[in-house]
Amino acid sequence: MSKILIIAEHDGQALNPSTAKTLTCAAAIGGDIDIAVFADSVDAVAAEAAALDGVSKVLTVETSGNGFRLAAALAPKIVAMAEGYSHILAPSTTFGKDLLPRVAALLGVAQISDVMAVLGSHEFQRPIYAGNAIVNVTVPADQVMAGTVRTASFAAAGAGSSASIESAGSAEAPSHTRYVKLEASGGERPDLQSAPRVVSGGRALGSEENFDIIYQLADAMGAGVGASRAAVDAGYVPNDMQVGQTGKIIAPDLYVAIGISGAIQHLTGIKDAGTIVAINKDAEAPIFEVADIGLVGDLFNIVPELTQKLA
Amino acid sequence: MKILVGLKRVIDYNVRVQVKPDGSGVVTDGVKMSINPFDEIALEEALRLREAGVAEEVVVVSIGPGAAQQQLRTGLAMGADRAILVEADEEVQPLTAARVLLSLVEKEQPGLVMLGKQAIDDDCSQTGQMLAALWDRPQATFASEVVVADGVATVTREVDAGLETIEVDLPALITVDLRLNEPRFVKLPDIMKAKKKPLDEMPLAELGVTAGNFVSTSAYAPPAQRERGIMVEDVDGLMAALKDKGLV
Ligand SMILES: Cc1cc2nc3c(=O)[nH]c(=O)nc-3n(C[C@H](O)[C@H](O)[C@H](O)COP(=O)(O)OP(=O)(O)OC[C@H]3O[C@@H](n4cnc5c(N)ncnc54)[C@H](O)[C@@H]3O)c2cc1C
Repeated sequence: MSKILIIAEHDGQALNPSTAKTLTCAAAIGGDIDIAVFADSVDAVAAEAAALDGVSKVLTVETSGNGFRLAAALAPKIVAMAEGYSHILAPSTTFGKDLLPRVAALLGVAQISDVMAVLGSHEFQRPIYAGNAIVNVTVPADQVMAGTVRTASFAAAGAGSSASIESAGSAEAPSHTRYVKLEASGGERPDLQSAPRVVSGGRALGSEENFDIIYQLADAMGAGVGASRAAVDAGYVPNDMQVGQTGKIIAPDLYVAIGISGAIQHLTGIKDAGTIVAINKDAEAPIFEVADIGLVGDLFNIVPELTQKLA
Repeated sequence: MKILVGLKRVIDYNVRVQVKPDGSGVVTDGVKMSINPFDEIALEEALRLREAGVAEEVVVVSIGPGAAQQQLRTGLAMGADRAILVEADEEVQPLTAARVLLSLVEKEQPGLVMLGKQAIDDDCSQTGQMLAALWDRPQATFASEVVVADGVATVTREVDAGLETIEVDLPALITVDLRLNEPRFVKLPDIMKAKKKPLDEMPLAELGVTAGNFVSTSAYAPPAQRERGIMVEDVDGLMAALKDKGLV
């Protein structure tokens, strides 16, 4: 039977929703599931993890000075804890992507990135070529399977349980790697990665000031805000708002793409959205090939009108 | 200081990749091949560090088929000093690539190894971190800014929550993100000059690494297609369509 260790992601205070999604993937593999929480102060996060349905136990590891953010601090400890586990999973977020290959290499095993479906205990589906192809991959059953989980492919596990919480010691960052700071741009709006509605703007907005109309529409809808790479590169919005192959892969119920052409790298990030709405002045824009509802016209007229009618 | 930069040969990012009808792979015949765009950014950054006097030598390395010479020549034309091709006919998976790079690192003793944060073919995003683990050195992944001074790299990383800054002692591994820089264009005279720069070739086996194929891939399939939906005439039409779906 499988025995699975999930590495929890959090910001120091609260569990990131990606952890509950990774848990759903683990449950599809089946077996005993433990969650490891590395934190400077473990209690609140561990309690949240212990409440998730289907968890056998939560193992806490104390770090200091934001060490829980550093792969070099976590990886050796995870390897020390790996004994007896058949699978080690983390979400395919920047946290998990940074961490898990370091763990896999220390264990001398391969890693499967971006698991999107579980076909068997050691067989999975994952996207390659920016999602232009989906492949079945198999890893040897006699090795630990290390994998990152594409969170847009799994719903979050429920919470209402109370698994036991045990200390598994501490982890120290090696002196060669030092955390300095995090500049988080996130504001009051719903988190892009878990928001049920997302409004995104592209290059067409033309400036940081003009991007305001996107925020206003998002607020009228109670939506999170995203952007194309072109809008981020041009400095209209910060990097953490980028949606796509190299940004965030999201699966909201409603995605509204405004002044975004629909490049393949952008579409990779929204394939699993429920309903896609596109607003673009070019009727030939590729975004309309995937949009459920399309409206051709000038966004500078359409967006304020829509905002007003929703208010 | 020497900087080692990895350049992977991949299908050009402008190509719309297609799965073969028999599901055995993707169509590569007659398809344009290029340097993985993230690796090109890594090279650009290494060249800028050399131009700023932080590094003396930039060595580009590719692990792959003989044809990866083309990408290495492009790297030399961009300004790299010399190139190493580790020839492998089969697919090279990230753990194998990391082991090959480790053996080159032991030989070349670079102060920095710079790679793209992911290759746009397998989209794995593993090789750099795996190398850093095997090398037992720091990693700074997804870099959007790199400052090197006094044996320390201060790296700004693009993470989901925003921009994170870490400091790593050299030698270290850095993987780069798209916003780090814009790679220079190669000029014709540089292409001519690049032909005279050294390009060493060695078979993968010579490095004492066997290409373990740890992950076996079967069934390639095209992704589920989304259907083209409806077009509406105006904002009222949009509101009605959203109401219809229970979204407003
Ligand atoms: C390796 C790699 C990775 C990448 N990763 C990503 C990624 O993660 N995410 C991403 O988004 N991109 C990514 N890209 C970039 C991608 O290829 C596109 O360049 C980018 O998505 C384009 O952004 P855009 O649609 O905003 O801009 P454009 O393609 O310039 O489109 C602007 C659109 O706005 C429309 N428009 C203009 N004015 C108006 C108006 N007044 N009203 C209405 N519509 C208007 C135009 O018709 C056009 O369709 C990546 C590229 C590479 C090479």
